[in-house]
Amino acid sequence: MTTVANLQDMELVRLATTGSVDDGKSTLIGRLLYDSKQIFQDQLEAIEEASRRRGTDYLDLALLTDGLRAEREQGITIDVAYRYFSTPKRKFVLADTPGHIQYTRNMVTGASNADIVLILVDARHGILEQTRRHAFLASLLQVPHLVLCVNKMDLVGWSQERYEEIVAEFRHFASRLTIHDLRFVPISALLGDNVVEESENMPWYNGPSVLHLLEDIHVGSDRNLIDCRFPVQYVIRPHTLEYQDYRGYAGTIRGGVWKPGDQVIVLPSGFESTIESIDTYDGPLDEAVPPMSVVMRLSDDIDVSRGDMIARPNNRPHAGQDIDAMVCWMTETPALRPGMKLSVKHTTRWAKAIVKDLHYRLDINSLHRDEGAQELGLNEIGRISLRTTVPLFYDDYRRNRYTGAFILVDEATNNTVGAAMIVGPTE
Amino acid sequence: MSSKYELTHLQALESESIHIIREAVAESERPVLLFSGGKDSACVLHLAVKAFWPARLPFPIMHVDTGHNFPEVIEFRDRTVEQLGADLIVASVQELIDEGRVVEETGPRASRNRLQTEALVDAIDKYQFDAVFGGARRDEEKARAKERVFSFRDEFSQWDPKNQRPELWSLYNARHRRGEHMRVFPISNWTEMDVYQYILQEGIELPSIYFSHRRRVFERDGMLMAESPYLQLMDGETVFEADVRFRTVGDMTCTAAFESKAKTIEEIIEEVATTRITERGASRADDRVSEAAMEDRKREGYF
Repeated sequence: MTTVANLQDMELVRLATTGSVDDGKSTLIGRLLYDSKQIFQDQLEAIEEASRRRGTDYLDLALLTDGLRAEREQGITIDVAYRYFSTPKRKFVLADTPGHIQYTRNMVTGASNADIVLILVDARHGILEQTRRHAFLASLLQVPHLVLCVNKMDLVGWSQERYEEIVAEFRHFASRLTIHDLRFVPISALLGDNVVEESENMPWYNGPSVLHLLEDIHVGSDRNLIDCRFPVQYVIRPHTLEYQDYRGYAGTIRGGVWKPGDQVIVLPSGFESTIESIDTYDGPLDEAVPPMSVVMRLSDDIDVSRGDMIARPNNRPHAGQDIDAMVCWMTETPALRPGMKLSVKHTTRWAKAIVKDLHYRLDINSLHRDEGAQELGLNEIGRISLRTTVPLFYDDYRRNRYTGAFILVDEATNNTVGAAMIVGPTE
Repeated sequence: MSSKYELTHLQALESESIHIIREAVAESERPVLLFSGGKDSACVLHLAVKAFWPARLPFPIMHVDTGHNFPEVIEFRDRTVEQLGADLIVASVQELIDEGRVVEETGPRASRNRLQTEALVDAIDKYQFDAVFGGARRDEEKARAKERVFSFRDEFSQWDPKNQRPELWSLYNARHRRGEHMRVFPISNWTEMDVYQYILQEGIELPSIYFSHRRRVFERDGMLMAESPYLQLMDGETVFEADVRFRTVGDMTCTAAFESKAKTIEEIIEEVATTRITERGASRADDRVSEAAMEDRKREGYF
């Protein structure tokens, strides 16, 4: 519970959960919210009422996470739903994503800025195709921490042997992926074992409960504090008497530690200067780190505009128009094909782009690469080469999730149709 | 915090909100900020001021005035706008009624709440706004839990929950055709508690009705409604005095008070921390219509 007392020392952690309704994901979330007292009396009454009307004879905590009428009618989750809960140390932003294959785009969306992803499996069924798919997507999106919750342990007699079998199988599969930190917890979401309180039914498990794990995983060092990256978002020129000559560059720091006096380079112009001051409404800063929103002022009067990138002269991002990326396609029509023209939004910069090549489509269940693929359809993932009309200033996605990502926009509809993670310059 | 490089949750939320506000302004032609005088819009306004400092706010502020507002809130609105030197646009429900363009409900339960949507959509058309900032939060209500930060609206201002643009990383797509617009919700990821903690931290001012005061009220549907010329008493309803405050700010006909002794933000935070009823459940008669009340109103263009 948050109060005035812990106003200053809570940390924001972004969490994504995935799994199907059958895995008990909604029950787990319902319990995390309920046990951390984030479910209110009127919400509870609404669920009781809805459960009764639908003829369910138990309190269906899953109803808490099914927001839209269409979803309730069909008993499915269509979209990413955001939930919030907190412990004395942390505030969690939870992106709850549906598990079904049709909703790959939703999991990609929910995982895109997550610090931790929580995947559920049913202890009776073990690792399924969809578990592998979720783990692969978490790895593709470079979520730094993955927690596999082995649920419904009550239905396998709290069996340590069964749990370890699942852990071993998952570890074997995960060795083919890039997962930096992998944790396992045996739980019963329905009965509450190892969700918030430690389980008395599984004395053989000595680790933390899910909530304690979420509280303790260190996420601060997942940011890139090495490569200084500052995409210019907005030029601030007050035109007031008090700030007549003020010219500042507003933006969000996407990498590195910045200090006044630092040497910088502005791209694409290549002009070099030093940081005069890092300004905020609350006063200038001695140091700034990601993801702070600040205003930079430079010592020299050079031309800088939205879409430019400020970096260090001796540590620059890639600059180029020919880029290879892994793409998740998010629309039914049109399909992604070589020759297609699209708009690209990367950091604060827009460009037009043409798809030069589709190298392969990835089977996200088997990780098999289909090099004969002619197109990517909805929810399909593949590797493409792209040529942009203007250079982008980017890093590999593995090095920086914010300067290494872009979205693809259909110029005919203005819809966001693809999410891309940069592999590097086209060879 | 253990390291000087770590941000508190309020710093992280503030930074995200400022990023969103700057992005929306950079990518639109005519932005506007909806200001109800409530705590959430006061919070968004404060964030917007911070986002462009030391420059002035680069967009006007719009208030959708039902004509049935709390006088304390109107006074607060005018004072805030004057302090900032900002431009205020008032979208008036009363004008729409006078022009015969909408028909007012009648009877003891009459409310102009639904007409707000008409006035809002009308003003967006008239001024051709293409980015409209609102103070909605995802923790408020389950339809809002699934709405994007940049929420696309067609030329009829309608929201299509099944056809929302995917929103990844911090890459917001504000592209739209003429006549269409984006609703932008910079504090989507804030909870009611975050808002109060931020108000305390930043010293943001709120209208006096948020704090405990003596008021003449009557009970309806288990809620305390303020006595006003806009609500007729029904049989069995009697007016009495109580120490109350409001948890949200809206039209006097549909915003309920509750008994409270909390006179400071600190006391409100303690109260919110121990309460077991959501703010909309406690004080918004308009959400009680059906299980999907908010979803339906959002589709029609409500913010």
